[in-house]
Amino acid sequence: MTLFGYRLPGMSSLILWGLLWEIVGRSGMTFFIPPLSEVFLTLFEVIGTPPFLKALSETSYAFAAGVFFALVIGIPVGILMGKNRLVDELLLPWVNIFLSAPLTALVPVLMVLFGFGMRSIIITTTLFAIWIIILNARAGVMQINRSLVEMARSFGATPMVAFYKIYFWAALPEILGGVRIGVIRAVKGVIIGQLLISIVGFGALFELYANNFLMAHFWAVLVVLFALAFTVSEFLAYLERRVSYYAAKR
Amino acid sequence: MVMPQIKDPIGHLEMRAPPNAVVARGVSKTYGDVEALKNLSLEFPKGQLTSLLGPSGCGKTTLLKIIGGLLEPTAGEIEVNGTPVKGPGPDRAFVFQDFALLPWANVLRNVAFGLELRGAAKSEREAIAEKYIAEVGLSGFEKAFPHELSGGMRQRVGLARALSVDADVLLMDEPFSAVDEQTRRKFQEDLLRLVQNENKTFIFVTHSIEEAVYVSDQIAILLPRPSRVLEIIRPAIERNKNVDNIRRDPEYLDIVDKIWAALRSYVE
Amino acid sequence: MASRSLQLKILSAVAVFGAWQIAGMIPVSYAFPTFLESMSALGRMAVDGSLYQAYLETLKPLVVGVAISAFLGIGLGLWIGLSSKFDWLFSPIFIVMQAAPLAALIPLLVMAYGIGLTSKVFVVCIMAMPVIVLNTAGAVRNTPSSIKEMGRSFLGTDVDIILKIIIPAASPVIFSGLRLGISAGFIGAILAELKITPTGVGDIITYSRSIADYPSMYAAIFSIILLAVVFLNIVERLEAYLFEGNVRGYASD
Repeated sequence: MTLFGYRLPGMSSLILWGLLWEIVGRSGMTFFIPPLSEVFLTLFEVIGTPPFLKALSETSYAFAAGVFFALVIGIPVGILMGKNRLVDELLLPWVNIFLSAPLTALVPVLMVLFGFGMRSIIITTTLFAIWIIILNARAGVMQINRSLVEMARSFGATPMVAFYKIYFWAALPEILGGVRIGVIRAVKGVIIGQLLISIVGFGALFELYANNFLMAHFWAVLVVLFALAFTVSEFLAYLERRVSYYAAKR
Repeated sequence: MVMPQIKDPIGHLEMRAPPNAVVARGVSKTYGDVEALKNLSLEFPKGQLTSLLGPSGCGKTTLLKIIGGLLEPTAGEIEVNGTPVKGPGPDRAFVFQDFALLPWANVLRNVAFGLELRGAAKSEREAIAEKYIAEVGLSGFEKAFPHELSGGMRQRVGLARALSVDADVLLMDEPFSAVDEQTRRKFQEDLLRLVQNENKTFIFVTHSIEEAVYVSDQIAILLPRPSRVLEIIRPAIERNKNVDNIRRDPEYLDIVDKIWAALRSYVE
Repeated sequence: MASRSLQLKILSAVAVFGAWQIAGMIPVSYAFPTFLESMSALGRMAVDGSLYQAYLETLKPLVVGVAISAFLGIGLGLWIGLSSKFDWLFSPIFIVMQAAPLAALIPLLVMAYGIGLTSKVFVVCIMAMPVIVLNTAGAVRNTPSSIKEMGRSFLGTDVDIILKIIIPAASPVIFSGLRLGISAGFIGAILAELKITPTGVGDIITYSRSIADYPSMYAAIFSIILLAVVFLNIVERLEAYLFEGNVRGYASD
């Protein structure tokens, strides 16, 4: 949008919403929404405290591990599905099922199988992220130009060399697209996991603040979490744009 | 009846030319710092086909969209039959490069869509659409959807839609560039017949020299950076004799060569 | 080749359920019943009617939440897509909502609205709405400019162009946004039942876990996943049928 001839930056309306939040908070309309300024003050207070740092490190650990497994398993499986028709036909129905299945329902199973701890949360995170990564890697490989494959063969590339010199790079824009969506899902997965297995990480912290009616604390943690999630997703979108310059020209 | 065509020097044109259907006077168009068109003036005689020919970036599509009222010129004005253009009007109909068909509507509705937007009653507009569907040779495909048609057939739908609103001026934006070579030749022949039979003015954007020489009564060669009219050529080819012979006509070949000689230095 | 694909699907299903059966028979864990045990528990619950009772309960917040999200989401999305002012004002909120783990709001919703239906409907809405809004807005924004120009050049009014060109052109993407919204709504509905108060299918899961009746727990989970997948499949088929030849892919996930 433009105002007095200036183009307002894309996200600038959030400032307006922040102001609205401040006004609603100050008016004392509802106990659940403290003024934004108070939330930010609390944020700086909370951010260095041991419980917060512990929650942050636990969550980051679960998130990183979950995403790691999703990538390490998901991308090769996806590429394999794209290259091999039999594997594709055997696995695709399951990938599609789990892509749209309500995975929250599986968390109780993970809890009884893997205990109420970190392991279940990591698996939940992986489960949220992996399917879209597989599907996009598959799509990326399948759209590779036939002539590129034939070029590799005609210049005598071995399958291994062709794989990491050509197929991976040719499919990279799609793979990264899948990774971005997968990571966004992983953020949701790690939080849902922690909420349901609420004895670790931010899940425990939310429970603590909510039960003690520490609204400003609650919102402060939420703001940090949303900001982190948004930063991660924007960073990946930036990476995706960096490689997508050649996506259109393959 | 087609005008006798003599290669006129521009200065003598008014004496013999029929009245102009469309006149562009000093038209400029800038996008930010980019000048797409600069002070361009052109006349389009009534009942004839004028091609806008030039390399990409010469502003030919921009000019066509300004005539169509889809873009506003930064300066200058367009007159159609003596009235200045303020926006799209019933006196002009557009044929789009990418066909611009509604993918969810069948051929009949697509052809009748121009009339639908003008508020014609269903039975009336469908009767008119049927007539033009037959005229472009698509009888039997009324219930087909665009994705079931070939590129050439889709453009016939686009053409029928433009014909069915019965506008004086037909604006065609590289209409045959998305169809294959053979279909294209057929289209060009059909277009010649259309120019002869319908008493309409055609403005035709193309980047194909052969196509322009083949179909046009008048060719305006446009150059890029800054956009200007290099030359106006009126091919004196005896068209009504036989469409098959045009491509062997020495006049045709000479003009194609001449235009290429003029343009080659502007092609990267 | 249809028969080959079907055969492979069956083969693949047999392999997975067989592996489940064998893993349950070893057993890999005390809490891992066999496939057949779980299926018989499912059959039992289906016969005594407790399953239908549970689904009636579970589907209530889901249906209400998805209906509200669809209505508001498509409305807002159209508005955002058509007006650059609204785009500037509202898009950032939904972009953040789409990227953020909104599930974290649940404890707050429970405090504000209690543990009843309202909270659960809210959970479904916050999960389902962003993707519906963003898909709708994106679809409206990405209407091919040539057909909009066509509408203008044939003298369509703004209303004509919105109703006869933009909305039909956007509807496949809007519809797929709706499908993604329903999928997210399922996640929300179950999350709400597991986190807020155990009702419906969530109750079966929680209760049978607490009394270590694992076959029933697995059966309930199996059934809800099956229901979601079958329902979404039907929606997808409907989509393919309705918008044949007019598929433009998804604006966003």
